[in-house]
Amino acid sequence: MNHTVDKVAGDFQRQALQLAGEQISAPWLDRLRFEGSEQWLAAAWPGRRTELWKYTPLQSLQRGNFSRWGAGQRCDLAGDALLSLDAIRLVFVNGEFDAEASACEAVEVVRFSQASAEQRAIIEAHLGKIVDTKRHLFASLSNAWVHDGVLVHVPRNVTLEKPVYLVHVSTPEAEAATVNQRALIVLEESASAELIEHFISDSQEQNGFVNTLTEISLGANAKLEHYRMNLEEEHLLHIGGVHAVLQRDARYHGFTLAEGSTLKRLDYQICHRGPGAHADLNGVYLPRNNQLLDYHTNVEHEAPHCTTSEVFRGIIADSARAVFNGRIHIHPHAQKTLAELSNRNLLTSDKAEVDTKPELEIYADDVRCAHGATVAQLDQTAMFYLRSRGLSETQARTMLSFGFVNELLQELPREEVREHLHRRLHLLFAREHFSA
Amino acid sequence: MLDIRNLNARVEGADILRNLSLSIKPGEVHAIMGPNGAGKSTLGNVLSGRPGYEVTSGEVSFRGKDLLAMEVEERAREGLFLAFQYPVEIPGVSNMEFLKAAVDARRKHLGLEEMSSFDFMKLARETSKRVNLDAGFLKRGVNEGFSGGEKKRNEIMQMMLLEPSLCILDETDSGLDIDALQVVAAGVNAMRDSERSFIVVTHYQRLLDFIVPDHVHVLAAGRIVKSGGKELALELEAKGYGWLEDEVA
Repeated sequence: MNHTVDKVAGDFQRQALQLAGEQISAPWLDRLRFEGSEQWLAAAWPGRRTELWKYTPLQSLQRGNFSRWGAGQRCDLAGDALLSLDAIRLVFVNGEFDAEASACEAVEVVRFSQASAEQRAIIEAHLGKIVDTKRHLFASLSNAWVHDGVLVHVPRNVTLEKPVYLVHVSTPEAEAATVNQRALIVLEESASAELIEHFISDSQEQNGFVNTLTEISLGANAKLEHYRMNLEEEHLLHIGGVHAVLQRDARYHGFTLAEGSTLKRLDYQICHRGPGAHADLNGVYLPRNNQLLDYHTNVEHEAPHCTTSEVFRGIIADSARAVFNGRIHIHPHAQKTLAELSNRNLLTSDKAEVDTKPELEIYADDVRCAHGATVAQLDQTAMFYLRSRGLSETQARTMLSFGFVNELLQELPREEVREHLHRRLHLLFAREHFSA
Repeated sequence: MLDIRNLNARVEGADILRNLSLSIKPGEVHAIMGPNGAGKSTLGNVLSGRPGYEVTSGEVSFRGKDLLAMEVEERAREGLFLAFQYPVEIPGVSNMEFLKAAVDARRKHLGLEEMSSFDFMKLARETSKRVNLDAGFLKRGVNEGFSGGEKKRNEIMQMMLLEPSLCILDETDSGLDIDALQVVAAGVNAMRDSERSFIVVTHYQRLLDFIVPDHVHVLAAGRIVKSGGKELALELEAKGYGWLEDEVA
């Protein structure tokens, strides 16, 4: 019965693989690429009955006729499009490294293609090994496609002084192009670093497909501050994943913000492998028009005494749809776990939709867990308070809706990110229908 | 300034104000006292236009205009200010943005230009000093994590910035220690002039030692049962409210 759809899906799988195969890379990556290809082709294409993709149809991806983007391309971004930040900066335009726009003199940061033998050993030891390709279909495509990427390796007891700032720009010239982006972060014992990933497109016309994968390995007592901003415009298709494994007493502090597009699917997979590890992850999503924005998070508590705190908030405007699926899985040995998950949503139109599903799976008996998901209304008392000071109803709604997400922004320790997003959201709220 | 005639209002189906009449001239300070449940807070909420407070009959004229026909924000821009008994916490909305928007709305209504961010910042800092609030609070969320006293001082600060014609203080003294009470009272007294009027709603006489009223009214069962000068407050302090309710009955 689904013959036509299956055929189209199969076409996409084959087409993607062909494009991946055309990519030239260093021979030492061949093994990973081969395994990825096998897995990608063997994988069943997700449909409505596939739990992980239930609310996120991939037709827009299947319909696309993609090509590979090869030539180098400069981009002309507005002056305030990037963070003004003293950082180790690597800029990629349509997946190609832009040396002129970059500033990356740090021994701890290297592109795969430039890696020394020692760095190569680190890449080979971790790349593709943190992510679970069985659970994450597009990770196998990413493996099949690997040609370049960024390694951040911080040795034992070292604190990286400057943040690592990875910028990924999509330009309209790369119409229907596909881009594969890869990053690997390895922090050894007691190392610490800050990573900012920034995805932008410089035009609404961009309709390429971007597949991004960031793998993170945190050694004992290591600490990572991680920002991920998905600010691409309207038509881009983005499937992205962050996969982290935390050893004993490691700390992961994550923040993610996404504006919508035709299709955006963003996965966070965090695994507490050693006791005493901590992860907090806050997120904001703002789909509008006919956009589809899907966050799937999954935290695996494999070890005892670990803590997780997760707060996601979304405002869904116009006819947009958001999906939030937050799973926390507490394994039998993970006693004394503390885990909290909260998801709140504002819908600003009758046609907006959110499918939210917090999932707690608990197999240990001595744990404290809480979760909640709501579709919220603006607080009427606060509305009255603002209006009683002379603000119009519209002004008050905008201010409260902005406040709803700004609560998460204002806590960010990195001032440049906070200010950048604050400004950007102000413009967005002034222009779009994000007031409930 | 304000002329209330035979005002009847209900909240959630219950009649709270019954045929209340009150007239306030420019520059006057009126205290409204009364037992719990008399309708004191309802009066302030009805005058400011709070949703859920339904006027069933009566008229209110404010500076010659029909107050009850105005939206909440129009009343504020016209110069009516309610200092809340329980100021609202609004995390995520910074005090500075909120205060500037409020002041700009009022200025626009008065035909004045919006203030520049720089000038406003300066004014806000100076004003926060006058009510003993650390200027750092301007960057924080509206009333977020404030103590009871800080919230009330923030109300007074807003009042100073907005320079309203009629200020209604709704049990501003509740939950305040004596130091905070004096700060609040000093703020109010500094704003008293021949053009600006005040309605001070309070359960206790204590506040009126610091803000000395021209008139004192006792509200019971939704209407004014006794009016007098400031000495009435002392009498109430000595005798309680019981004798009045008996007298009315």
